[in-house]
Amino acid sequence: MQKSGARRLEIFPHSKMINPLKKGFVYFNLNINFMEKINLEEMKDLVLNYVISEYIEDEDEKITYDTPLISSGYVDSFSMVSLLVFLENKFKIKIPPSKATPDAFDSVNSIVSLVNQYLK
Amino acid sequence: MKDIYKEHYKNFEWSISEEELEFKKGNIINIGWYCSDRICLKGKADKIALNYEGFGGIKRKYTFNDVRLAGNTIGTFLRNLGIKNEDRVCLFMDRIPELYFSFLGILKIGAIVQPLFSAFGDESLYVRLENAQTRAIITQRKHLFKVRKILDRLPHLEFIIIVDHVNTKSLENKELEFKLEESLPIENFDIFPTTAESPSVLHYTSGTTGQPKGVKHVHYSLISQYLTAKWVLDLRDDDIYWCTADPGWVTGTSYGIIGPWSLGITQCVLDAGFSAQAWYRFIEKYRVTMWYSAPTAIRSLMKAGDEIIKDFDLASLRHLASVGEPLNPEAVIWSEKVFGKPFLDTFWQTETGSIMITNFPGMKVKPGSMGKPFPGITGVVLDPKTYEPLKESGKIGLIAFKPDWPSMMRTYWNNEEKYREKFVNGWYLSGDRASIDNEGYFWFVGRDDDVINTGGHLISPFEVESVLLEHPAVGESAVVSKPDEVNMEVVKAFITLKPGFIPGPDLELEIMNFIRKKLSPVAMPQDIEYMDKLPKTRSGKIMRRLLHAKEWGEEIGDISTLEND
Repeated sequence: MQKSGARRLEIFPHSKMINPLKKGFVYFNLNINFMEKINLEEMKDLVLNYVISEYIEDEDEKITYDTPLISSGYVDSFSMVSLLVFLENKFKIKIPPSKATPDAFDSVNSIVSLVNQYLK
Repeated sequence: MKDIYKEHYKNFEWSISEEELEFKKGNIINIGWYCSDRICLKGKADKIALNYEGFGGIKRKYTFNDVRLAGNTIGTFLRNLGIKNEDRVCLFMDRIPELYFSFLGILKIGAIVQPLFSAFGDESLYVRLENAQTRAIITQRKHLFKVRKILDRLPHLEFIIIVDHVNTKSLENKELEFKLEESLPIENFDIFPTTAESPSVLHYTSGTTGQPKGVKHVHYSLISQYLTAKWVLDLRDDDIYWCTADPGWVTGTSYGIIGPWSLGITQCVLDAGFSAQAWYRFIEKYRVTMWYSAPTAIRSLMKAGDEIIKDFDLASLRHLASVGEPLNPEAVIWSEKVFGKPFLDTFWQTETGSIMITNFPGMKVKPGSMGKPFPGITGVVLDPKTYEPLKESGKIGLIAFKPDWPSMMRTYWNNEEKYREKFVNGWYLSGDRASIDNEGYFWFVGRDDDVINTGGHLISPFEVESVLLEHPAVGESAVVSKPDEVNMEVVKAFITLKPGFIPGPDLELEIMNFIRKKLSPVAMPQDIEYMDKLPKTRSGKIMRRLLHAKEWGEEIGDISTLEND
């Protein structure tokens, strides 16, 4: 048996995840070394863009860095797990389950702040 | 002190409920009327029926007269479209007021309500609409894309009714706009003369094999739902009641609409995601007295800590109950510590329509126990081999009930064969296992099949496995439950990959999201394990049992039929 997480390969394009042109971001799917190249603002945009493309069904919804995600119902507690996996994959970090709380995931700002703790 | 439970049990007749509801055999019985018009006729027209709070601070209050008029208005709209009695009308909405009013409006015209969880993906939606041959769906703009995606495959679906349409968007094939606040309220309305056995609600539930099954209920279910809400939830005239369940599932209709409103009780709805702070604030703000929730939510509140509770005045809480999965003793003890009263566990199912086993108010609470059968219900545990009731206390068997009670399902939609399989030796088999102690308390052990109960949602491993196979990378799949601190259990998938695909975390995320969107977030595997091959019997059947045992650290049992390399 091989447990997932052993290798990191971009083998299946995330084609359905986003229409980059729609939101004006073009680097979403780039496989870059975030530790070195991404700054805080870019990180926030990356997470925001992912949240919008994956979890927001109504394209008229205005989602900002501060919009409550979990407490508003945009992202439910089950889906939060996929968001956690995304963050861990993208930033190559491991967030302990005790820290992956609804409060910590409740906005893009709080998510980025959490991620930052494990990047340092 | 009087033992109320014993007294009720001894002298019980369902006619107690019939008399209180002034129902006589052969009379018209319509849940829509009982939950609105009758309450108004009883002098409570101006009493608040619904305190609604949505995301973004939207607040609404509706009296029972508002509810009555809204039901009439929606009923008239549907009737004008040609929707008639026994047609299926699906509700596919978040917990907005229109959902609650449409529920009553559909029943008032004699049509069948088919409530579906709005987080369902397009595939989950499709199989249920196709099975029920649904004629109309009432939905919101935000969920429309899922309906549009499957419309071509649903020839029976004639009307897609959007309750929050905006003129900047265009309406497509079969789509109609309905705005409650812009519609003329209908004062006088001819309620369809449904009788006891007229179908009312069609809830879908998952089994181990095959597609989800439509559980057909009838208007007479009210008799059970009314009395259990009154006695177990202990609802009283001045109560402010909060049922946290979504009406996409049976708790949200039996006890989130029918039970409280047939009693004329004020209820509150919070249409927002989970947050301990928001929930406590909600209780404080509306002075909630009776709170019916679920173990997953209670465990999430426990996880949020006790400190936060001190910021809120929760003294209004008088009575707490729980449903959906077994309530662990720690949660009962915790609630007693922080709220001054325990959450009382209740056990029932989509098929039973109302509470079957319960910790009756006033009864001694044994933390971790499901309680005892509701008065009027004969509940036993059966020997799994002989299907005879086990006499010895502490022995584990199958939870079974003696038919009939008023809210018992009448059949599985278009699947009489599966329905008949639920009965053996004159007992209804619940599919759950338990033991009974020497005082008659039931103790839950687990499911008797492979169905996964995650956070109170039943997930069919078959359904998830089938959709997994639609992913281009997946060769084979097996889905089991794995233990989870908050949700009791969650979905775990074992998969093999097709040639050319390489396992990795990005693929894992891709597959998780694939299931989340096609089925629902609750069906999404929270863990995916790649396998070179899946364990199979010599006849080629995947041995889920072995994978389940591995996840739960159990004995793997007999593996004589396991295929060798």
